[in-house]
Amino acid sequence: MPSNKSVSDAPITQFVSCRILKDHRLQWEDLWVREGKILNPEKLFFDEEGFADHKVDCGNKIIAPGFIDVQINGGYGIDFSQASGDIRRGVAQVAKKILEHGVTSFCPTLVTSPPDIYHKVQSVHLSLPFIIELPNILVLVMLLSFSPQVIPELRVQDGGPEGAGILGIHLEGPFISEQKRGAHPPKFLRTFKAGGVADLMETYGHLDNVALVTLAPELANSAAAIRELSGRGIVVSLGHSMADLSQAEEAVQNGAIFITHLFNAMLPFHHRDPGIVGLLTSDRIPPGRMVYYGMIADGIHTHPAALRIAHRAHPAGLVLVTDAVTAMGLPPGQHSLGQQQIDIQGLHAYVAGTTTLSGSIATMDMCVRHFREVSGCTVEAALEAASLHPAQLLGVSNRKGTLEFGTDADFIVLDDTLTVRETYIAGQQVWRK
Amino acid sequence: MKLIILDDYEQVSEWTAKYIRNRIKKFNPGPDRFFTLGLPTGSTPLGCYKKLIEYHKKGEISFQYVKTFNMDEYVGLPRDHPESYHSFMWNNFFKHIDIRAENAHILDGNASSLEKECQDFEAKIKAAGGIELFVGGIGPDGHIAFNEPGSSLVSRTRVKTLAMDTILANARFFDGDLSKVPTMALTVGVGTVMDAREVMILITGSHKAFALYKALEEGVNHMWTVSAFQQHPQAVFVCDEDATQELRVKTVKYFKGIMDVHNKMVLD
Repeated sequence: MPSNKSVSDAPITQFVSCRILKDHRLQWEDLWVREGKILNPEKLFFDEEGFADHKVDCGNKIIAPGFIDVQINGGYGIDFSQASGDIRRGVAQVAKKILEHGVTSFCPTLVTSPPDIYHKVQSVHLSLPFIIELPNILVLVMLLSFSPQVIPELRVQDGGPEGAGILGIHLEGPFISEQKRGAHPPKFLRTFKAGGVADLMETYGHLDNVALVTLAPELANSAAAIRELSGRGIVVSLGHSMADLSQAEEAVQNGAIFITHLFNAMLPFHHRDPGIVGLLTSDRIPPGRMVYYGMIADGIHTHPAALRIAHRAHPAGLVLVTDAVTAMGLPPGQHSLGQQQIDIQGLHAYVAGTTTLSGSIATMDMCVRHFREVSGCTVEAALEAASLHPAQLLGVSNRKGTLEFGTDADFIVLDDTLTVRETYIAGQQVWRK
Repeated sequence: MKLIILDDYEQVSEWTAKYIRNRIKKFNPGPDRFFTLGLPTGSTPLGCYKKLIEYHKKGEISFQYVKTFNMDEYVGLPRDHPESYHSFMWNNFFKHIDIRAENAHILDGNASSLEKECQDFEAKIKAAGGIELFVGGIGPDGHIAFNEPGSSLVSRTRVKTLAMDTILANARFFDGDLSKVPTMALTVGVGTVMDAREVMILITGSHKAFALYKALEEGVNHMWTVSAFQQHPQAVFVCDEDATQELRVKTVKYFKGIMDVHNKMVLD
């Protein structure tokens, strides 16, 4: 191996003739990869007297960190919230397909569902004394979950040739507002009876492998739940809510740092009460903290002018999400989402029989292109909104969402139209056009 | 001495790069006979490096059988500091060409024994068969490498304390904070460069004009260490118009008059 083996004798790949997104700029630099991580070529040269085993010519294309989708409900006929059958296989199918959109990591999202769905989807590790404390009906549900087969679970896991990596589950609901439930089924909404751990555990079962929780902060006793979740390193996101700005600010002070699909399922911006939207320019954000906000940039969920207003008000916090539903990737027609039916017409997905939008079917790369086009932002900003910002939101930017030395080599090769041509995870090509 | 006078910085960079390219090609290096090249850092040679990279990318030159020896490096500055000469050489030259790390020698300013590091460097040059061509620049005070005024003209590689002029000039690379600027450096000696079979000095800009005058038209003097090369059998000085401003008209006219002869050395 071309190194003095002082550090490693694993093969080294050098990607040449490319522009890489580094330090917020596209730069004509080579990208070096070894053992699934981005390698520092200067250290390799001086410390190890090493050089590349093989070079890959990128034909002057762009290399960007792989996209990270923190809100995706399913796709290609798979609905993550319908835990019928093998949930893991369904998630794996979607994980494989989204590689084509440049997504290398994602957070499978569960919409408001009955408790048994949550408990079925997450592995249950309850000790006997805890079971005895709970009401009998729940004991029954939990006992039913202890079926002889392996309990399906969605674990945090690395991506690879099989599909994009899972950074954690996004639980969107059920602690949301009835008036702003959107496509969520009303009968499974919940409120915080006592607030804090008890309600969360009763509903979700347990919180391992959960990366985000969307809730409505105006619900009574939400503060304790928000503090509990953020204390565990789970991103608390405000969404599907009737909260006014001061309720939203209080939630941020208790630890909330994200807004679920800004503008959608919340009170509209009003100049005397900006509502949750006002968080973008709030002066009551704790110092050192930042509020991020998800945007569905499919051209349907948000008017381009609104997208521009948000972007210009707070560019660093913009996180592109797909909020993709089961029908993403499928032809037009009727499909199921959560406990409801949806109807696909062109690029629109409605709750069947209504004009309520039910999530989008745009892919992440489409969102990146659309965002760039309508906001007039730089290529770098568009790419970072789908990679760096979600990584920062999830607190994983030390290994994902960037091309810094030592981070995971999850990246994509794009042409100048921002069309994804190749996807790499841990330095291995996992998809090419 | 050959004095090459060109119109501007770009022409100086191109002429020098072509000269180096042609010298290496004529030498025809191979696995058993490397071309040994002494190299400088700083803003003066940047353009030359860019041109060499361009010729390399066009396939006109390979550095596979070239051994390089840099002139100097700061003491105590971390190797990966953006202002270290290791960083300079990596970013401006090495990463763009096909040189192997084991053939690129730069003094280690963080060695546990600086004296031994300097001696080892001299030994490496000797083991490589001496330097074919040493390229350098000139300071406004006439220094070559970090051989500040008063340096012995027969000096070898050693530790030098930097002159205040140099520290002030470098402050701009360290956020203007004098306390952050290194005060010592390892440098090849005047004697080390004199040992090279050929020496090539680049001088551009009017702020170097007085130093060039002192180096060429006055005597050999340890206060203007570049003047030592008046006694080198193969010295080439490449400069732009601005740098000639303190020279005699007669000197400039003479050397401009024989440019045709000199330009034969840089044909494509």
